[in-house]
Amino acid sequence: MKLGDAFGIHEQALKVRSYRAELLASNMANADTPGFKARDIDFKQALGAATIQQPRMKTTHQNHISNATSGLSPAHLRYRIPTQPSLDGNTVDMQIEKSAFAANTLEYQASLGFLNGKIKGLKKAIRGD
Amino acid sequence: MSSMKIFDIAGSALSAQSQRLNLVASNMANADSVSSSINETYRSRQPVFKTMVDQMNPQNSAVGVRMLGVVESQVPLQQEYAPDHPMANEEGYIFRPNVNIVEEMANMISASRSYQNNVEVVNSAKQMMMGLLRLGQ
Repeated sequence: MKLGDAFGIHEQALKVRSYRAELLASNMANADTPGFKARDIDFKQALGAATIQQPRMKTTHQNHISNATSGLSPAHLRYRIPTQPSLDGNTVDMQIEKSAFAANTLEYQASLGFLNGKIKGLKKAIRGD
Repeated sequence: MSSMKIFDIAGSALSAQSQRLNLVASNMANADSVSSSINETYRSRQPVFKTMVDQMNPQNSAVGVRMLGVVESQVPLQQEYAPDHPMANEEGYIFRPNVNIVEEMANMISASRSYQNNVEVVNSAKQMMMGLLRLGQ
């Protein structure tokens, strides 16, 4: 077993959740920007894409562009359907964004908890006690 | 690290909202600045917000916000006949700014709420980062 595989899906889940936190923070930052459309990710799809192992291309020069991405692309983004559309074309609903952000933070902490558990298990196995 | 971007995003919003609050303060402070000429009269100043597109990576969807500029309100100024006023012009008129105090109060509440929201985002992001840093300890 590779050590990298020991963390299972939680590593990718953490990545997707931190990306979602960024996205929701961006929605909240643009709560007063005219014409801004709030976006969120399709979590299942994004996690599925993040877990697919991409063959990594070798870079032999500093100017080469690595294809190592987080596997998150705009393709997983979805626009939010506004419940109360505003006149300036902004679709950010602060209540929805705030609760989604709080839930996402909690899920992030849960992922961290799972990872901590995995690390504890590995440490125990290494020490052998 | 990409998740540090959340601080940039929330920080840009904090900066934009505090500039908006500054403009509100300026408008309220000058609500009664009368003048004797229509061109010199203070006009209500309003911010224009715009999303900050990542120049290096335009595909990036997590974006901050910035204040594109300030526009002056085009609402007609109030002209008042007050010949005894020290600022009155030759015809006896003074001009009052087109600042709407009620609008500015609502604007102030909206701006300070948005500011608070973004402070909460920064706090949550900080907690997330601290959790990440403590991983495996």
